[in-house]
Amino acid sequence: MSEKQKKATAYWKENVRYLFILLSIWFAVSFGAGILFKDALNTIKIGGFKLGFWFAQQGSIYVFVVLIFVYVRLMNKLDKKYGYNE
Amino acid sequence: MSVQVWTYLLVGITFALYIGIAIWSRAGSTKEFYVAGGGVSPLANGMATAADWMSAASFISMAGIIAFAGYDGSVYLMGWTGGYVLLALLLAPYLRKFGKFTVPDFIGDRYYSNTARIVAVFCALIVSFTYVAGQMRGVGVVFSRFLQVDINTGVIIGMVIVLFYAVLGGMKGITYTQVAQYCVLIFAFMVPAIFISLQMTGNPIPQLGMGSTLNDGSGTFLMDRLNGLSTELGFAEYTDGSKSVIDVFAITLALMVGTAGLPHVIVRFFTVKRVKDARKSAGLALLLIAILYTTAPAVSVFAKINLIDTVSNEEYSLMPAWFKNWEETGLLTFDDKNKDGIIQYVADKDKNELTVDNDIMVLANPEIANLPAWVIALVAAGGLAAALSTAAGLLLVISASVSHDLIKKVFKPSISEKGELWAARGAATIAVVIAGYFGINPPGFVAAVVALAFGLAAASFFPAIVLGIFYKKMNKEGAIGGMVVGISLMLFYMAKFKLGWLGEIPDKSEWWFGISPEGFGTVAMIVNFIVALVINRFTPEPPEDVQEIVENIRIPSGAGDAVDH
Repeated sequence: MSEKQKKATAYWKENVRYLFILLSIWFAVSFGAGILFKDALNTIKIGGFKLGFWFAQQGSIYVFVVLIFVYVRLMNKLDKKYGYNE
Repeated sequence: MSVQVWTYLLVGITFALYIGIAIWSRAGSTKEFYVAGGGVSPLANGMATAADWMSAASFISMAGIIAFAGYDGSVYLMGWTGGYVLLALLLAPYLRKFGKFTVPDFIGDRYYSNTARIVAVFCALIVSFTYVAGQMRGVGVVFSRFLQVDINTGVIIGMVIVLFYAVLGGMKGITYTQVAQYCVLIFAFMVPAIFISLQMTGNPIPQLGMGSTLNDGSGTFLMDRLNGLSTELGFAEYTDGSKSVIDVFAITLALMVGTAGLPHVIVRFFTVKRVKDARKSAGLALLLIAILYTTAPAVSVFAKINLIDTVSNEEYSLMPAWFKNWEETGLLTFDDKNKDGIIQYVADKDKNELTVDNDIMVLANPEIANLPAWVIALVAAGGLAAALSTAAGLLLVISASVSHDLIKKVFKPSISEKGELWAARGAATIAVVIAGYFGINPPGFVAAVVALAFGLAAASFFPAIVLGIFYKKMNKEGAIGGMVVGISLMLFYMAKFKLGWLGEIPDKSEWWFGISPEGFGTVAMIVNFIVALVINRFTPEPPEDVQEIVENIRIPSGAGDAVDH
């Protein structure tokens, strides 16, 4: 494997690792908190909101937005580290 | 000034603005027509994507659907936003790096096969037509209510406007009109929401107002009040819902994956300059979409409480003017079953006297809350902006599929640039006419049709694109097999359980795995993945140069312009 290819493989591996972590959070807030564990979380109340319901109609969306911006930051850093930034 | 005058004024001004932008930014080359020249800034693309994305269903129907479905409505909120995470992380950067004009372009080149390209074109056309029909209908509904013209005339007016700027401006015209349309629609959605939130809770931020206490000094939380009212009238608790967990799960996933696989959304990411910009603009798009999507459930709660307070157990003769107005459109009906002159709005079907169409909750909300005339007119302009921007984006996908993917890439590669541009314009014109026909003779109500388009996108594109990027050894046989089986299965399920094309529609108890047609895209997508991977095992590996393409799209640098090779 050439130097160039090695670099590309290492970059891809780190990228996939980020994806795995971020998508786990994506799954946890929506399918987890908003759907599968909704009833258990609904026993907790924050202000007027039952927590499971809040995740399903509000919280998961906020987390989605944050996730993409975290991804943008992580990838911009990663691009720099491997010299792929332009 | 009356509502009528305000509506003509605001709709007139916004239409003039869209047409002005279209003339200023008309396309001179195929590259401008398909991808706006490839130099759109991340923010402009984010706004355009948000407007492209938020359709008549998001603007007009969603808050109403949630108001009546309660917790069950969460599927739309999570489904239609969570897809952007998939899009940003799994698709947009790589497709931008790949740098072509359309989704079938990617499928055709990545799977080194014109058959794959044609299958993808076919899927893109089915998805886009299913979706665009709903938009034209939305235009018709808004026109009929606010400008007192008949729904069909409304559809035709909408067709002419879209035709004008989509055909003339292509992607370039559409992009900049969508930027304007985003501003109009978000303003139109937020203003009444903020007014009503202030009125009911004293908190100007609807997202917080929804979790606050009522303004009437009782100290009761809004959500508790709504749960109380719902159970009192015999409905399920608002925060509970009645769909099964597996169905909620399946619908949410189908909508998310479908969102990420919709060709008119994906293609927007071909218009930015660098891979970096594609990522950022996906984030901005979701942020701009989230403003509406986190407000909508608050609007649902406000509107539902207002509606019940206004009508429940009140005398029909004392109903305010908006009630009569909406009765005329047929979207609100009162049938005094027990002849007591009082409106009984209850869960029991035999005793319930009031039928309320979902769409009213957003359209009539400002009237129900007694807001000024200009706010009511603003909602009309916003609804039109939402429907027109999405329709235009879809029409572009349809025309590019025909002129670029079919004519240029398959049937007549020798066609000149100018010829292709004219073919694209011709295809857009024909597509508008077909969309208008579907708008006048719709295959169902707006949201139902739109929801099914997601199932179709999930069942066809998403697996082929993801495998194409993340699995280097994925070959054409597998990808084609997966797409064909996936979309056929989804079409079959739709035909059988939703549209009733295969005899009478079977009862819910016969749904496979207890999953509704809206959620079946999830099953069809999984089947697509399995079929693709199994076929892949028994057929030859993709050629070396294709594997190199895959390695290349994984690296963000050197994206260059979107090119027509």
